[in-house]
Amino acid sequence: MIVDKLQQLGQHSIAKIQGMGRATIMLFGALIAWPTPRKSFPLLLKQLYVVGVLSLLIILVSGLFIGMVLALQGYTVLSKFGAEQMLGPLVALSLLRELGPVVTALLFAGRAGSALTAEIGLMKATEQLSGMEMMAVDPLRRIIAPRFWAGVISMPLLAMIFTAVGILGGHLVGVDWLGVDGGGYWSAMQANVDFQQDILNGVIKSAVFALIVTWIALHKGFDAVPTSEGISQATTQTVVTSSLAVLGFDFILTAVMFGG
Amino acid sequence: MTSRKIEVLVGLFVALAIAAFLLLSLKVANSGMTGSGETYMLYAKFENIGGLKVRSPIKVGGVVVGRVRSIELNTEEYSPIVAMEIDSQYNNFPETSSVAILTSGLLGEQYLGLQPGFVDETVSILKSGDYVEDTKSAIVLEELIGQFLFNRGSN
Repeated sequence: MIVDKLQQLGQHSIAKIQGMGRATIMLFGALIAWPTPRKSFPLLLKQLYVVGVLSLLIILVSGLFIGMVLALQGYTVLSKFGAEQMLGPLVALSLLRELGPVVTALLFAGRAGSALTAEIGLMKATEQLSGMEMMAVDPLRRIIAPRFWAGVISMPLLAMIFTAVGILGGHLVGVDWLGVDGGGYWSAMQANVDFQQDILNGVIKSAVFALIVTWIALHKGFDAVPTSEGISQATTQTVVTSSLAVLGFDFILTAVMFGG
Repeated sequence: MTSRKIEVLVGLFVALAIAAFLLLSLKVANSGMTGSGETYMLYAKFENIGGLKVRSPIKVGGVVVGRVRSIELNTEEYSPIVAMEIDSQYNNFPETSSVAILTSGLLGEQYLGLQPGFVDETVSILKSGDYVEDTKSAIVLEELIGQFLFNRGSN
């Protein structure tokens, strides 16, 4: 009885560690090679469009609305203390430090990560990847590498756009609607936001999340069981695993950056 | 979708991101200190620093001239020593100057108020690494209330 349970636990752990090993081998196989900018740049550009530009709309709209809601909720509490001028720092700091990187990563996992997994999984199911290998084209270099770099490059950019739009949304609600002083909104923000402590740490955070989400999405697709059921499972797993990983790493990064 | 259209859209995306970064770093963050960016250090010993923190502003007549670099406890007398990083553009403070820990508003943050002193032949100018001798500690509200109640009691 107990031995059976132990065996199950062992099987499970070995499978997880093997999966991590395969993911690492995949990433190294895709990234460590002689750079061929002439061939890989057009591929990267195409993926930047698919992963970055097409995610822009959802990022802009959610950024605007999250900034507006933050200002609305912050105002109700702050006005009780007569501290409406702290609305600027409240909106800016929560967006720069937490909401910008985290919400962008979650949206990115849902919008772009799932698409990457499904695309690569289907390529595997229809044996396009094997076909490439037959033609001596390395699918890691041709398929995985441009998608990985596109994800890693575009997510910090998306997070910055999200944060900037959110702060403007906060201005829209706080200053233009609720009547907080506009000069105070910006000047209190400038007094409380530090370039290195807040902006740079936020960018580092979103770069880490970009790495995690893109890697998980590519690995789940590349490792998917090549059936329609397997692809649907892999897509679900991408969204669930990368969301949980983002939230977990967010806690660790926040503790390291701002906890001390 | 032609490759040119994709290139233009990616270019637009990157330009938008750069614009967002510029907005964040120029409009949202304090872009550091104005002026040359060169600074020099002055030190001051207090009895009690209250809520003063590292990076609290140092003001002369309300104008920010520097920021608190570090706060350490002197191990001989157990009194806090505040290191002040001041813009080298303002390097003409005489040694008769005084620093006080003040609060902006009733509930605001605490800052260092630097009050330039008088100048004559016997007074020299503060150089990097010098101590400001005349210091006034933070007012701790609890102590103030305690004194007030004590005085009321003795009357």
